[in-house]
Amino acid sequence: MSDTPDPLSSRGRRQALLRAYWHKNLLLMGGCLTLWALAGLGCGVLWANWLNQWNLPGTGYPLGFWFAHQGAIIVFVLTILFYALVMNRLDKKHEVELARLLSEGGPQ
Amino acid sequence: MSVQAWTFLFVGLTFTLYLGIAWWARVADTKGFYVAGRGVPAAANGMATAADWMSAASYISMAGLISTMGYAGGVYLMGWTGGFVLLALLLAPYLRKFGHFTVPDFVGDRFATRRLDGVPNPTLGQRIAGNPARLTAVLCALFVSFTYVAGQMRGVGVVFSRFLDVDINIGVVIGMVIVFIYATLGGMKGITWTQVAQYWVLITAFVVPAIAISIKLTGDFLPQAGLGGELTGTGLHLLEKLNQIQTDLGFGSYTEPFMGGWDKANVFLVALALMAGTAGLPHVIVRFYTVKSPRAARWSGFWALLFISLLYLTAPSIAGFARYYMLVSLNGIQSTELPSWFQSWEKTGLVMWFDNGDDHVVYSAGTDNEIFRRGNLPESEVLTLVRDHQKWIDTAGASGADARVFLREKGLSGPDQDIIVLATPEMAELSGWIIAFMAAGGLAAALSTASGLLLVISSSVAHDLYYRVVNPEATEKKRLLVGRGIIGLAVVVAGICGIYPPGFVSQVVAFAFGLAAASFFPVILLGIFSKRVGTVPAICGMLAGLVFTLYYIIGTVFFGMDKWTLGLSEQGISPQGIGAIGMVVNFAVTLVLTPLTKPPTQKVQDMVDSVREPEGLSPAVAVEDAPEH
Repeated sequence: MSDTPDPLSSRGRRQALLRAYWHKNLLLMGGCLTLWALAGLGCGVLWANWLNQWNLPGTGYPLGFWFAHQGAIIVFVLTILFYALVMNRLDKKHEVELARLLSEGGPQ
Repeated sequence: MSVQAWTFLFVGLTFTLYLGIAWWARVADTKGFYVAGRGVPAAANGMATAADWMSAASYISMAGLISTMGYAGGVYLMGWTGGFVLLALLLAPYLRKFGHFTVPDFVGDRFATRRLDGVPNPTLGQRIAGNPARLTAVLCALFVSFTYVAGQMRGVGVVFSRFLDVDINIGVVIGMVIVFIYATLGGMKGITWTQVAQYWVLITAFVVPAIAISIKLTGDFLPQAGLGGELTGTGLHLLEKLNQIQTDLGFGSYTEPFMGGWDKANVFLVALALMAGTAGLPHVIVRFYTVKSPRAARWSGFWALLFISLLYLTAPSIAGFARYYMLVSLNGIQSTELPSWFQSWEKTGLVMWFDNGDDHVVYSAGTDNEIFRRGNLPESEVLTLVRDHQKWIDTAGASGADARVFLREKGLSGPDQDIIVLATPEMAELSGWIIAFMAAGGLAAALSTASGLLLVISSSVAHDLYYRVVNPEATEKKRLLVGRGIIGLAVVVAGICGIYPPGFVSQVVAFAFGLAAASFFPVILLGIFSKRVGTVPAICGMLAGLVFTLYYIIGTVFFGMDKWTLGLSEQGISPQGIGAIGMVVNFAVTLVLTPLTKPPTQKVQDMVDSVREPEGLSPAVAVEDAPEH
């Protein structure tokens, strides 16, 4: 980067950083929401009939019924945990990149 | 000690605790009053959110509903927990980053019009005309919250009437007084810390009896394992046995999906409506404003669902156990063998028995069923029914009237779902103190949600309507006074709604969810994830979703309108699931209108950018520097 601070290009780069961060966020979010839909609306409702032909191993729970009454909730909790962990790391990374940009580009 | 004495002891102790916390956490500024000073740790906020959100419906009615619905009861479990995934992923961190006080505040600023730009001293009329999105959002928030709070007050009344032996209406009034004291005194701060205490009361009260019953029925310590486990001494799985009894009595299998009124389309739609509704409920969203940062908001979402799941993974077990006890202990017994829990609940009218003359109880899905509930029938009508039925039995059908036919036609077969959780410990013949503890838990659940809702009502009116629109020059002191005054007023209105409830607890609550799904969820989502959507489409979308959903619910529930099938369901869409369609309508209206209208101003677009930016940078709007919020 040039030594002379250029507010315009710095603003542009800052926007590019934000876009990249936002893009990763959307990707992660998309993945988590797919999991959410598969467990809750998928296994819990759409395929419940079909899943019910098996029991959850070692218990008397028919599988579709188990998903609707227990499984989906467990998946939901884990999904949020995963999202919070990854997202908070992503936040930190973005912050570091932004700080580097600011120190290179001089104070805004 | 009797159950009554234990109840007085526990209720007295817990109420003293709540009031003590309220006194300790009393506040003197609006920041403390609306968002608890923004200093609540993530885990504590998770507990408060859990208590705020697990209402009388979750605690008292849900297990009862699951118990009668079997598999389909899963819509409540999945819907109410699944919403937290949407909330934690899609909304909470961004709204926290935005950083104002209320949901209408976000909607109002994100969908601000250009009309007020550069107007030096706007008049009241100009301010009203310049804030259409904020006013629409206030309207939606009030609507959702009042619908919801009515159910809570009813829940308080039910618990009091059974356990303190007072009239349901007097129970409602006692609840009103308690909520009034700690909500006005401590505002959001008082409510938050009271809710943390209430969470522990309600979760312990819920889980302990479940464990005790599980050990008794199946020998498993964990109720979750118990429901899937073997019934002691039979070699059969509990669920298998339950399916067997249910089928014999004509109720249909407990675990088989899509029975009776719940086809696949309805289960799907109701689950979706409850999920989106949870994510759009103002009193839940506002809890995420109280934490320190967006990062803490994400953690808080996780803690909230974890704490909630403790109850939600236990409820299906209680439901299964209760169903088993209910069928086994009622069907086929003689009047002299009626269990004591039945007799104590009979007094409240939530369960009634009309014999066909053979002195044997029949509890079935057919026309020979003899177990009913009072529903919304007035006292005098119930008395007439009982008298006529007695005459009918005494004269062997020559005169009088068969109450069973009348009640069946009214749709009042089977006991009221609201008694299941509270009666289950009695069914399992647990000790008196557990039963009393459960009552204290039920009160905690209802009171915590009611107070959270009342705060939303108060902040919608006092902050968004009064301060942001009517009188922006109001002093801190004056706004606090207005906020407290509104809570007082709201308590009275909520109490009246509780005394004359529009339906049974869970049904009312499900409606509130449908309305939230159809009005708030799309507008907040699009506000964060699109920079293009402007004021007009957002308002039209909100109103379209709200009016559509309201029209269908009021039409089908109160005016006997035929249910629509929409090509999705042969039986017609249930009014509880219509919120999902209302949400689609909202999205469709907004997105169709968007290309036809102007994009938002650069200022608003920058605001969206900054809301998307992670924490650690400057706040979206300099809240702390802004002229007193």
